[in-house]
Amino acid sequence: MYNKGTIIPGLIIFVLFVTFPIWFNGLTTAGDLPKPELPPGGEKQCVESADYMRANHMQLLNEWRDNVLRDGNREILEIDGKKYPKGLQTACMACHSQKEKFCDSCHTYAAVEPYCWDCHLTPKETASKEAIH
Amino acid sequence: MDKQRRKFLKIAGASVVAGIGAPAIIKLTATPALASGHDAAAAGHEAIPAAGHGEQGGHGEAAPQGVRLGMVIDLRKMNDTPGLLDAAIASCIAAHNIPEFPNSKDEIKWIWKAPFSGVFPEHSSRHAAKKITDNPAVALCNHCDEPPCVRACPTQATFRNNANGVVAMDYHRCIGCRFCMAACPYGARSFNWYDPRPYIKKYNKDFPSRMKGVVEKCNFCSERLALGQEPACVESCRGTGAITFGDLNDPNSEVRQVLDKEFSIQRKPSAGTKPSVFYIV
Ligand code: SF4
Ligand code: SF4
Repeated sequence: MYNKGTIIPGLIIFVLFVTFPIWFNGLTTAGDLPKPELPPGGEKQCVESADYMRANHMQLLNEWRDNVLRDGNREILEIDGKKYPKGLQTACMACHSQKEKFCDSCHTYAAVEPYCWDCHLTPKETASKEAIH
Repeated sequence: MDKQRRKFLKIAGASVVAGIGAPAIIKLTATPALASGHDAAAAGHEAIPAAGHGEQGGHGEAAPQGVRLGMVIDLRKMNDTPGLLDAAIASCIAAHNIPEFPNSKDEIKWIWKAPFSGVFPEHSSRHAAKKITDNPAVALCNHCDEPPCVRACPTQATFRNNANGVVAMDYHRCIGCRFCMAACPYGARSFNWYDPRPYIKKYNKDFPSRMKGVVEKCNFCSERLALGQEPACVESCRGTGAITFGDLNDPNSEVRQVLDKEFSIQRKPSAGTKPSVFYIV
């Protein structure tokens, strides 16, 4: 083979470069599965099973939104004796009070930017303005 | 084989007959139910502007009416108590995370003060009583029975809740075209020109804020009604009789008691919007 000295190192560099995402994720924590922090209050119950919520919470929220705003159905859900007034702020964030450690962990991993919080307030945000006044 | 085919044809034939017959049957049975629901409610609404706020239109039997929430604002009582109107406005601002922009052009108004001649251009007179000229009137969304804002909205972000007559907004759908603002004859809608968050003084954690680029307005405190509470402004006027709230279609409701007794006016009646907010001046 001609130019062995350049071709082989060149190939090695090329392979390393192309497989960069694989070994980089393996060596660093960038590819680790997100670990959303469970509710600080130690809440174990939710309106549905964890698996269901993981896969379908967005549909559930849309359904609640339509129930509450469109159909005027603001009936408070009661599951195992616990009351859930349908709503991101009134039900979800009452337990999952740390959006930064719960919602964001997966959303950031999956590179999705839901616009819920353009309007809905996180407990951290509300706390920032309860002091004033 | 043959048998199966005969059976199939029989079932198909029966289904066609049932299919043609069903709507007629449903129609027949549904008519009385409908009459006691939407139709009669609509007829009741028609009757209100025509017959003042007296009896419901004589539309057959006294069928149960749909709920139509409304309000009577007694400006005399409102102005009797100094600070009452300010308290009502403040309670609305606090309940709904309403921003307070420094420039009045950007103002977000759910319930607000304005001169009588502005709120009632059709009722103003050159020599109005002193109490009229010296005191502010109060305005809010009228939750019209024929809401032009709803017709104008291309996305149905603004719609009428037929269960209680509230003209509601689904902010998730608002695209900020402001057609509704042009359509509303009462200036009851405001646009968020800027991110409202920095201008909200204090947050109510159970209610969202809005975002830049959407329209907002009074929602008759739908979120409070759901919890069995009165609207925030009504609550802050409790005991004074300045604001009465209730079902306009229920002849025994408090609002109707007040309306049956006193002379009341609505804003811009010639606009034909049939407001659900009445005023005693
Ligand atoms: S007052 Fe204006 S915003 Fe309210 S329902 Fe009537 S037209 Fe719509
Ligand atoms: S600004 Fe929003 S609510 Fe108003 S008409 Fe446009 S989409 Fe509808």
